[in-house]
Amino acid sequence: MNNITLPQPHKIIKIIHETKAEYTFRVHYEGKTDHGQFFMLSIPKIGEAPISVSSRGEDYVEFTIRKVGRLTDGLFGMNEGDTLFMRGPYGNAFPVENFKGKNLVVVAGGTGMAPVRSMLQYFAAHPEEIQSVYFIVGFKDRDAVLFEDDLAAFAKAEKFHTIYCLDNMEAEGFHKGFVTNYIKDVPFAEFDDFNVAIVGPPAMIGFTAKECVKNGVSEEKIWVSFERKMSCAVGKCGHCKINETYVCLEGPVFNYTKAKELLD
Amino acid sequence: MGYVMTKQRMDEVLTSLRETYRVYAPKKVGKFIRYGEVKSMEEIVFDEKSHFSPKEVFYPIVQTLLYFSENDVRESEVDARPVVLFLRPCDINGIHRLDTIFMENGGKADNFYQRLREKVKFFLMECCESFETCFCVSMGSNATDDYAVAVRVNDDGVFVEVKDETFANLFSGEAACDFTPAFVTENKRKVNVPAITDRAMVKDIHALEMWREFDDNCIGCGGCNTVCITCSCFDTTDIIYNETSRDGERRRVWSSCMLNDYSTVAGGHNVRAKAGDRMRFKAMHKLYDYNARFGKGNMCVGCGRCDMRCPKDIHFSETIDKLAAAVETLKEGKEC
Ligand SMILES: Cc1cc2nc3c(=O)[nH]c(=O)nc-3n(C[C@H](O)[C@H](O)[C@H](O)COP(=O)(O)OP(=O)(O)OC[C@H]3O[C@@H](n4cnc5c(N)ncnc54)[C@H](O)[C@@H]3O)c2cc1C
Ligand code: SF4
Ligand code: SF4
Ligand code: FES
Repeated sequence: MNNITLPQPHKIIKIIHETKAEYTFRVHYEGKTDHGQFFMLSIPKIGEAPISVSSRGEDYVEFTIRKVGRLTDGLFGMNEGDTLFMRGPYGNAFPVENFKGKNLVVVAGGTGMAPVRSMLQYFAAHPEEIQSVYFIVGFKDRDAVLFEDDLAAFAKAEKFHTIYCLDNMEAEGFHKGFVTNYIKDVPFAEFDDFNVAIVGPPAMIGFTAKECVKNGVSEEKIWVSFERKMSCAVGKCGHCKINETYVCLEGPVFNYTKAKELLD
Repeated sequence: MGYVMTKQRMDEVLTSLRETYRVYAPKKVGKFIRYGEVKSMEEIVFDEKSHFSPKEVFYPIVQTLLYFSENDVRESEVDARPVVLFLRPCDINGIHRLDTIFMENGGKADNFYQRLREKVKFFLMECCESFETCFCVSMGSNATDDYAVAVRVNDDGVFVEVKDETFANLFSGEAACDFTPAFVTENKRKVNVPAITDRAMVKDIHALEMWREFDDNCIGCGGCNTVCITCSCFDTTDIIYNETSRDGERRRVWSSCMLNDYSTVAGGHNVRAKAGDRMRFKAMHKLYDYNARFGKGNMCVGCGRCDMRCPKDIHFSETIDKLAAAVETLKEGKEC
């Protein structure tokens, strides 16, 4: 009997300090993953938590983790070469096949960039598969900025248009203000076809989606990724349930036409 | 096949059963009636409803799932013996709801549930009369044919119907009769089940004023979920044996959607911060979401245990009625 919640040991290959409170862990892994999926990471004796794949290599996956509590504290105490446990990948993914050959608008807030990072890396490396990418990302302040190397690379990437912003300060390469202020700068009317992906805290997702709709984007072109408490990731523990939907099974990525009908 | 025998003879049957099976039934434990292992008919409480449901027999309140050492993980083991479980029709129907979540939802079975659940054989306890808080008839869960053996106990003796052939030899020496169990066809407590005919109504139900009464009344103790035969939610927690050791275990512990932190996520954001929001979440799962997802009827089976349990005298059966009335009002409002 194949146990669906049995975690497996995996070695930490590398730890990258993004900010004081956010580290990226590169972990040995050779299986398949899709853009937007997550794993249940655990440290025995401490606990388990869902974490998105923030990047991929041939023999590794990366997780970018914000230190907020028991498990994430524990992870921050680990070293390269240590073993952590994981199971997955879980959840659906962004419909990347459907994004190909069109324009793509990605709006992210803070750590919310993690689940869309691998997709952005993919299109930066394969510009022939996309018409254009508009990437708008917001961080709290200069110290909260993640993925500096990626941000620099995306700014220069072929077919990429980037807008980076900070909530309440200005800095070189960053505008001041929320991501929602910059939605109007996306030339939606010029696109023959496009999709919008929004990731971040619940309030940010809500405001950004509304702003997009205000700018003439029809709801079915918007895709969002949800974060809910999860204890199993396999549809059993109940924590992630919203109405008749389980975020761990049918999500975390939802089309906005469905997402707006999910009422906690 | 039906048989009739004395209680003493049935005790002998239990004794031989116990050579192979662990036998669980509702019995007196302190001031409660709850499930435990039994040796004789005398111990089994037939004339009252148990305060706790039988789910803890195969879905324990706390269960060790995995053992960890430094770089290794090992699955826990369970008692290999099969289980005979004495229970009521509503509970058998309730267990079908648990099976839906644990065995079917997401398309894969939960191993930790399955390994105990598949050991269980149902011995149906006939309800000759409905108890005070039962409303199984309204919920359509008063009858079942999913049992290995059915049992009736009265002054004339013990009547059994044996459906599962594996138990036939236990009774082969007894007097044959044509017993089959009867089911309750009327409860004192009747509820109107909300007829939510359109998914679009969920939004209006979300906004109903009726949920606000629970903001103050319900203390979010989760007692109602604990006794419920259809509540399946759990948390996963790890424990360490002592600070210096690297060994520990991962456990599954019952959870409750009525608890304040059931859905709190990082940053302290709670998607259902008020008790009334959580009551709405529970009620909608029991009365709409489950059926909307699986098409297998309501989740609540009307066992009425939550009504007995609530320290604040909140009656879920009344909430069901109120919701049904509110739903009718919403429909009328929409039509004119
Ligand atoms: C699909 C998905 C993808 C995620 N991806 C990432 C990611 O890439 N990077 C990242 O840093 N975080 C991510 N999260 C959030 C992450 O799972 C939580 O921050 C983590 O569970 C906190 O665990 P902890 O043991 O450190 O905190 P705890 O000690 O458990 O609690 C700290 C706080 O976090 C809350 N919390 C507990 N469990 C969860 C949970 N499962 N989700 C959200 N909050 C929770 C608690 O209620 C409390 O407020 C993701 C969550 C989901 C559902
Ligand atoms: S909600 Fe109450 S009445 Fe319904 S099955 Fe659960 S405990 Fe029984
Ligand atoms: S038992 Fe009563 S008070 Fe406790 S959570 Fe349930 S409804 Fe609220
Ligand atoms: S995380 Fe357990 S049901 Fe979705």
